[in-house]
Amino acid sequence: MPELLEQQNVFEQMQEDIKRALQKPVEERRWVMVIDLRKCVGCSACTISCVAENKLPPGVVYRPVLEHEIGTFPNVTRRFMPRPCMQCENPPCVPVCPVSATWKRPDGIVAIDYEQCIGCRYCVTACPYSARTFDTGHTYTEGTPEQMVYELLTNFEYGQGWDREDEGSPIGNVRKCHFCLHRLEEGELPACVTTCMGVANYFGDANDPDSLVAKLISQPNVIRLKEEMGTDPKVYYLV
Amino acid sequence: MSKLIERLIWLIAIVGFVVGLYGVYMRLSAGHQAANYGSYVPWGLWVAGYIYCIGLSAGAFLMSTLVYVFRIERLKKIGKLALFTALVSLFAALFLIWMDLGHPLRAYKLVINTNFRSIMGWMIWLYTAYFVLLVVELWFAMRADLVACSSEPGFRGKLCNFLTFGRKDTSSAAVQRDSSILRVLGTIGIPLAIAFHGGVGALFGVVGARPYWNSGLTPIMFLVGALASGGALLAFVVAIWGPGRGSEEHRGLVAFLGQIVLGLLLFDLLLEWAEYSISLYSAVPAETESLRLVIFGPYWWVFWIVHLLLGALVPILLLLLRGRSVWAVGLAGALIALTFLSVRLNIVLPALAVEELEGLRTAFTGPGLTFDYFPSLMEWLFFIWTISLAGLGFLIGYALLPIVRTKEVA
Repeated sequence: MPELLEQQNVFEQMQEDIKRALQKPVEERRWVMVIDLRKCVGCSACTISCVAENKLPPGVVYRPVLEHEIGTFPNVTRRFMPRPCMQCENPPCVPVCPVSATWKRPDGIVAIDYEQCIGCRYCVTACPYSARTFDTGHTYTEGTPEQMVYELLTNFEYGQGWDREDEGSPIGNVRKCHFCLHRLEEGELPACVTTCMGVANYFGDANDPDSLVAKLISQPNVIRLKEEMGTDPKVYYLV
Repeated sequence: MSKLIERLIWLIAIVGFVVGLYGVYMRLSAGHQAANYGSYVPWGLWVAGYIYCIGLSAGAFLMSTLVYVFRIERLKKIGKLALFTALVSLFAALFLIWMDLGHPLRAYKLVINTNFRSIMGWMIWLYTAYFVLLVVELWFAMRADLVACSSEPGFRGKLCNFLTFGRKDTSSAAVQRDSSILRVLGTIGIPLAIAFHGGVGALFGVVGARPYWNSGLTPIMFLVGALASGGALLAFVVAIWGPGRGSEEHRGLVAFLGQIVLGLLLFDLLLEWAEYSISLYSAVPAETESLRLVIFGPYWWVFWIVHLLLGALVPILLLLLRGRSVWAVGLAGALIALTFLSVRLNIVLPALAVEELEGLRTAFTGPGLTFDYFPSLMEWLFFIWTISLAGLGFLIGYALLPIVRTKEVA
């Protein structure tokens, strides 16, 4: 793989891959994310860029980085594992929704209709990866003399402006990672991918045999989380 | 004695209602921010309270079918009491779960956009059907007594008169017709009650991501638990408010109910033993982790002291050794019914209070991003308020409506 990655600028290639995918009808795209655990240093920049991109309030997180300590002192190492939404091919969160507010799009991304969601949180219990969180409307500056303007900035998830000022959705909703769908549709990579300083994070269309991700996931050192659940996740980890 | 307890319950309900008002204020002003459930433990006391109350309702209702469907003579006089108890519990359950929603004002979407692939989607329809059935059945059960009561002077008489909706025929043919209708309604109610309460169990049972819930036994345990707790509540209610208090007939009735409850409780414990022992023996971490929380976790006392000691051992001894005594059966019923909340809490919470992926606990912090859950002040107060409101509803209904009357339809 190193040879492959050195051949050209990885970001440029992923950008090209996305543009090619966007030329195709939406149902022919299969967005996947590949995370190279050997390169992840646990800086959590992806988590923070996601928070910034989606204006996530306290208590809502789309992509935490899980840490595992391996061994006992003095022979200790740590392993880091970013955990976005797996955008399952068979998402257990979808059928349980009593009002069909969440569904799998033709390109495989599991989306939520914030205006339809009643906030029952059944989907939160049904996700085997804890990838869904509940927005109770907290702000970072609550309890301080002044509410900061940046807390009320509009976020543009699902290509629509969501205002926190009016206390409406997404407050009271369940929220999750959507591979930065609003960026993707403009031909941009998800925020977490562009921010990864170690280039441990890859993204693209797995249905395109020439894409970088298609090559990466055909390697033997690929794992997916909880495959035994039959969820068929679209996030692959290189180990 | 029962008069004293009745007054005490009035007092508790009024105090609970007044104190709980602060919880209502917090829920309306701070929303879910004042709650301790959140993203990792998304369901808390209110969801447990909901399945607790809905279980009481289903149990009390199924006991009423002993009167109206199976026509067990000895229980004849408590049919209306069972139906009314079921109605009040249903109200408390639905109110709790309604306020648990992130967007309570969107609850109508459950009706107009039902997803029938979701068990929760089915619930709204089953509850609606059950609510209608309960009201209609209660009306038919009370009709003859409403007619009798409508001749009373004052507000009570006027209310009864209004509630007859002009149908004042109390000839034996009319009463007989009511009885036949009740039998049909009750017969429809049996599969309906099994469907909606088994459905609540299935709502949990189908969640593959939570091995602690994901068992074929879950809906069955919900049903048996409903019968045991609802039956126990009814035994308590009959001991305090039942017909002919102080008479030998009343004592026999309470004792009979006590024996039914004892059998149901023992069966429930057997199912619990099956579930716990099989899982613990196989020792698959995903499931035993939740069970270990129940048995040895920070809230071990909820299981050992509240559930097993106060909710099982003491009532069993009371029912076995003092089964003919009204106060002993009443106390046993109250203990089982009250402590059953601990069983419901121990169903909902342990499945959620474990990490689904190792490392989540410390990966990111923030409100709601924790696996340690204990209900917040708002959650307790709001819960107490709802239960008190239902209690007051029961007491007022009991005072105004002919729920316990000598003239019975069955």
